Amino acid sequence: MSQSLSSSSHSGGIAAPVAIPIRALVPWAVFTVVLSLLLLYFVGAEQGATSLISGHAVHEYVHDGRHLLGFPCH
Amino acid sequence: MAGRLLTRGMIAGVAAAFVAFLFARIFGESQINLAIAFESAKNLAAGEPPEPELASRTVQASFGLLTAAVMYGAAYGGIFATVFAFAYGRIGRFSPRALSALLAVAAFVVFVLVPDLKYPPNPPAVGMPETINLRTESYFGMILLSICAAAAAFMTGRPLIRRLGQWNGTLAAMGVFIALIAAAQAGMPDMNEVPTDFPATVLWRFREAALGMQIVLWATIGLLFGPLAAPILNEQADRTGSAMEKM
Repeated sequence: MSQSLSSSSHSGGIAAPVAIPIRALVPWAVFTVVLSLLLLYFVGAEQGATSLISGHAVHEYVHDGRHLLGFPCH
Repeated sequence: MAGRLLTRGMIAGVAAAFVAFLFARIFGESQINLAIAFESAKNLAAGEPPEPELASRTVQASFGLLTAAVMYGAAYGGIFATVFAFAYGRIGRFSPRALSALLAVAAFVVFVLVPDLKYPPNPPAVGMPETINLRTESYFGMILLSICAAAAAFMTGRPLIRRLGQWNGTLAAMGVFIALIAAAQAGMPDMNEVPTDFPATVLWRFREAALGMQIVLWATIGLLFGPLAAPILNEQADRTGSAMEKM
């Protein structure tokens, strides 16, 4: 394994893919997924079925995007 | 390292959102305007007052659409990079560029195509306000079911590939995904809220534009993220390689 890794990376050929250790990934993955879901919530559902901010300003602002990206609207 | 990779995913998503915005602006907005004209004409005929404008049509069709696209692109770019980070080096021996392109196709099918086949995007004037809760739950539920079906197909894929070989095993796993989706979609409630006199061409063109926007978005993410991720991954591989040599 170590031989194939070093030889491929030094010869300039296609490096064999080296997996990122799960433990290094998990905290970042959780952070990214939570942030992403929050963003998707505000584009896709805020002031539609549920509402954290009162009024319709958010809904109206992203209105066209919400329709075209496929989220239920009105 | 993982953080840099996920940041680059979001960057790819935002860049893709700009391209998707241009597409939607050209092909989507014209259909939205036609749908709104239909809605206003109907309201006028019914003697209802026009809806108050909180954001002008100009703002909705420019900065509003761009903001929505960028938020959506950043979100899915991040999720995409997360899936990529787990898959790289674990599924096959794909180069970063090949894996990125392949995963983008899979992500498009799972996150967009499958939910849209059951609950297609609708232009303004389609959809009753009273059913917004049911429609929102069903739509997000369908995305969740699609992700579950993909996960189940992936997990059955490993033993299937071991038994049937790479090609046939992959095809069998795809068959599992299709069967699960067919069952899930048959079980989910149907929505039919298109007004009977709504122009069919506008509906079709709108849905074409919506799907096109997603194809542009995911194609850009898939093609852009690979080259962005490759330097980080090769750097890491070099470091691991030289560390092993010293041992």
